[in-house]
Amino acid sequence: MDKKYGVYICTGCGIGDTLDMEALVDVPDEEGVYNKTHPFLCGKEGLALIQKDVDDGKVNTMVIGACSRRVNFDVFKFDNCIVERVNLREGVVWPHSREKYPALTQEQKDDEEHFDRIQMKAEDYIKMGMARVEKVTLPTPYSLENFSKKILVLGGGITGISAALDAAKAGFEVTIVEKQDKLGGYAANMRSQMPVVEPFEELIPTVLADKLAELKQYPNIEVRTGIEVARIAGQPGEFTVTFKKPGEKIPYDVPFPLPEEMTKDEKGEDLNAEEMHAKFLEYNKGRLDILKLDPEGELYGAVILAAGWRPDKLDQEAYAHLGVNLPNVITNDEFERIAAKGKVVRPSDGKEAKSVVFVQSPGKDEDDADFPYCGSVTSQVALKQAKYVRNDYEDGKAYIIYQHMRTPGLQEYFYKSIQQDNGIFMTKGAVNSVTQKGDSLVVEAGNTLLGKEIAIEADLVVLSSGMVPVTVDDPVINLAYRQGPGFRDNDIFGGYADSNYICFPYETQRTGVYAAGTIRRAMTIEESMEDATGAALKAIQCIESAHRGVSVHPRSGDMTYPEFFMQRCTQCKRCTVECPFGALDDDEKGTPKINPTRCRRCGTCMGACPERIISFADYSIDSIGSQIKAVGVPSEDDYDEPPFRILALVCENDAYPALDMVGMNRMDYSPDVRIIPVRCLGSVNAIWIKDALAQGMDGVILIGCKHGDDYQCHFMKGSELAEIRANKMGDALSSLALEEERVRFEEIAIDEYDKLPGLLSDFVEEIEGLGPNPFKGF
Amino acid sequence: MTTDKSAPTSGSIMVVGGGISGLTAALEAAEVGYEVFIVEKDPSLGGRVSQLKQYFPKLCPPTCGLEINYKRIKDNPKIKVMTMTEVEKVDGKPGDYTVKLKISPRYVNENCTACGECTKVCESEISNEYNLGMDRCKAAYLPHNMAFPQRYVMAPSIAQDDRERCKEACKFDAIDFDMEEKSINIKVGAIVWATGWRPYDAARIDNLGFGRYQNIITNMMLERLAAPNGPTKGKIVRPSDGKAPATIGFVQCAGSRDEDHLPYCSYICCMASLKHATYLRAQYPEAKIYIYYIDLRTPGRKYENFYKNLKADENIFFIKGKVAEVGEEEGTGNITLVAEDTLSGDKIRQTVDMLVLATGMQPNSAVERPNADLTLNSDGFIVNDFKKGGMFAAGCATKPADVVTSNQNATGMALKAIQTLVRR
Repeated sequence: MDKKYGVYICTGCGIGDTLDMEALVDVPDEEGVYNKTHPFLCGKEGLALIQKDVDDGKVNTMVIGACSRRVNFDVFKFDNCIVERVNLREGVVWPHSREKYPALTQEQKDDEEHFDRIQMKAEDYIKMGMARVEKVTLPTPYSLENFSKKILVLGGGITGISAALDAAKAGFEVTIVEKQDKLGGYAANMRSQMPVVEPFEELIPTVLADKLAELKQYPNIEVRTGIEVARIAGQPGEFTVTFKKPGEKIPYDVPFPLPEEMTKDEKGEDLNAEEMHAKFLEYNKGRLDILKLDPEGELYGAVILAAGWRPDKLDQEAYAHLGVNLPNVITNDEFERIAAKGKVVRPSDGKEAKSVVFVQSPGKDEDDADFPYCGSVTSQVALKQAKYVRNDYEDGKAYIIYQHMRTPGLQEYFYKSIQQDNGIFMTKGAVNSVTQKGDSLVVEAGNTLLGKEIAIEADLVVLSSGMVPVTVDDPVINLAYRQGPGFRDNDIFGGYADSNYICFPYETQRTGVYAAGTIRRAMTIEESMEDATGAALKAIQCIESAHRGVSVHPRSGDMTYPEFFMQRCTQCKRCTVECPFGALDDDEKGTPKINPTRCRRCGTCMGACPERIISFADYSIDSIGSQIKAVGVPSEDDYDEPPFRILALVCENDAYPALDMVGMNRMDYSPDVRIIPVRCLGSVNAIWIKDALAQGMDGVILIGCKHGDDYQCHFMKGSELAEIRANKMGDALSSLALEEERVRFEEIAIDEYDKLPGLLSDFVEEIEGLGPNPFKGF
Repeated sequence: MTTDKSAPTSGSIMVVGGGISGLTAALEAAEVGYEVFIVEKDPSLGGRVSQLKQYFPKLCPPTCGLEINYKRIKDNPKIKVMTMTEVEKVDGKPGDYTVKLKISPRYVNENCTACGECTKVCESEISNEYNLGMDRCKAAYLPHNMAFPQRYVMAPSIAQDDRERCKEACKFDAIDFDMEEKSINIKVGAIVWATGWRPYDAARIDNLGFGRYQNIITNMMLERLAAPNGPTKGKIVRPSDGKAPATIGFVQCAGSRDEDHLPYCSYICCMASLKHATYLRAQYPEAKIYIYYIDLRTPGRKYENFYKNLKADENIFFIKGKVAEVGEEEGTGNITLVAEDTLSGDKIRQTVDMLVLATGMQPNSAVERPNADLTLNSDGFIVNDFKKGGMFAAGCATKPADVVTSNQNATGMALKAIQTLVRR
């Protein structure tokens, strides 16, 4: 691109009132860069001014010194131009007032002993903007070589079938792969399901039959039963899938990464790349490496994970008091299967089960939680199954002993209708024991609504055990990724394939794979079908985005992707290991290969690379590094007591908006801080910190989103990695004879803007206490 | 849809309601490639969640997700946002609707830079609806500090001399009192109704004294008190005297699961009260908190763990029992309550500094029925008819739900809307 530079500075909103515009305009003037000011740049006239320059071919790479990039985004948009928004409003003149930092008089300007901290900040920001636009280019989208828009649905239960139908109705081709010999999943084992519409009174046959009938109407849905997925290689839009029969062992079975212990030698040192790879192949004997593409593999665009759940086994010591080994003490799953075959009878002797007790909570008096993996489903199932007893036997009686009846939302109506049945008794209570007494069982419970201690004689006792997601047992998705076949962090969800984001429920750590149904949370059939529709949308959206060469959430529409200068790669593998999304696979030498459509464009790889070989078209080591180098760092050569210079690398997702709000609320902090927004703190490369300190800046603070089990970080691991790296900087700093306190990491939430001024002041005070950076002026 | 150019079938989608469900439905459809109109009657997007301080169970701020969604809107030319806009009427059929929209005047045009000069000079005030009427704001105002679009509004009741003052103060000619209500028609192929909910009017629950006794507040009011941009800048104090409460009672199912009010369960109030307990605990390490419940609905691993952590707090007491009546202690403003301990059958009498009614959610469609061919159930929720298609309800317009479920549902409704367009 033949760049034609221009700088436009708005003097509205207090900018022109606070700043010395003449001196500010000197900044581009001194570089011979074309520039203009306007009192209302975002207004019709101001925009027309810029547009004319663009149309005349005068400017295509511009710096706009005005308000924050977060506002007026719709007007400061010029096709095929590079636009850098320099935040003079929320970033400079709104937080820092002339009351606090008076402007210099003419004499003060002339004596060259006084400095204007607000003016210095504004001028630095313009310089930084100009430095950045030199280093960035407009992106071209990444095109996949072999593109598929087909959707693969793992699991042929209600959720999988619903997802397939929804995708098919939008015109997409779908394959449902089901490892059992027939479709239907768990619903095929059920007698009835809960009602889903008004008046919520009668149990209904499962919707499975309707769904199966509907399936036949869609020729674009292919069903494969008795088949499972051996491996999914590649990337969204270009997944190469190998299928096999369950239990078969084939060369394309997915390999597993080496367990931690096996990656080290006897001395505890990391093995080198070749040794590691050899061990990896040995560990995965019979299985081909992930980079070996199956020539018979089939191409898919996105995957919906709807592999469901399995019943929990209640064989632990914790349930001994419930008589789990007694023949007529069964789980709700076992009860459902009996009910699906005919009237409910006792397993021990086939006799009628006319008195059935349902135990919802195993924790006696100590713990009022339901069994694990229950959610609100088992409360509702107990109601349903109690009704089975009543439907089968006129004189049947059902007792439900619960700690909390969980029928949230509109399901409350179902609960109410069951409460009308005279043969169903429900009470809060703590079940203390289930024991055999002759031919019957005795359930003893305490603290019930029917009395302090009660004992109920029962033909059958049903324990409302939970729905264990199959990802507890197995990775299931079998991704042929170097980081491993499953989702990275399901252990923070107890094995569920869930999202950690409240606002973005379909976010998984693997782009292009969307979980739905009971594999991500205990759900009813109705909830699962709704979830399936959402997952189908996300699969379609991912395919469309990959096709356009753009990223999905959160950097939706971003066309840049990481590019590697492989000549300088030292195969350290850090990028491959640290990418939160497993977007990189490395070969036997450790050379990474980027799979762009897996990538979320966070830049964590760029931050990780010690050789700095990774860059994005509009975001690179140099584009940030040159901004840092553009900051003026006055030393004692310039002033007797030069101002400190603090670099703040700030996450653009939460911390930068919070800083804007500090400005909007006219809250002050030290004007000696220079803020550079970054895509994610994970993208912060240590070289930026070293550069800042090497050129005399006194401190560097990284401000970003919370990490930990309840992480807020929009790229999952970025913030955590940044803190680890910042802490490791201690050694590097000491080798430069710099205190490690000069680099700090802080977490902030977007609404904590009121804490930011204090946070920054605290850091500035600490730095001032340490004294100026000894490298200043060198 | 699946052509090489990946251009979606023609037709656009309208999403009625710019809260979290509406935003989600709109963004998800637009990122597949469809044109979407977001129609919002308030001056800012964000809806009810923008009034929350934090979400349960992560205790994270709603503005975090909203900011990301606003950024996605900013980067997507396929989305057109229309605020101050309501749907007057919908005619037509699936694939071919004509929507009559009413755009109320904001009296502020696109020149507004949100510099705030007008609010400085404005003297007239209005009840601040963002803070549920607990304080007042200027009649020239920004809905809240994370409002999007970031543009001021003039309340229609603004005094005449304030109109002149504001116009004069505005350097950008952004204030225009000649703006009039407009009516326009837009043709779309599918509509997602994400009209959300309102807190059930606690004043209708006679025996719980809201409106009679100052120190009885609702859960949403507590949320605003706790929020840093709320009427007390985040300090939870009781209304009568601004005192920090040492004892706080919560009445769960206030008006929900109740034949006389909302017969259904409002889904979120149990978790919301637990969240409020953490707000209180953060400010008042010694405060005693009493939660009167019928059932504690904290389903799922994440919510169960949240509840479990609170159970470990020695100063939070969970009592199974319905609060039957309330009163006020003479002279102190303290609230007396009488509840039935369901297990023992005894009556409990207690006095607390402040009482919080965990009131439920009522769908807006129950109170303002949309003028469209929609089926509403007896509670006023919009019922989805997927066979008919064309129009779909998302989020709390269709059932009481938490944010996660609403967003899952809204994502699904985006696909249902797309199916309608594809089937044309």
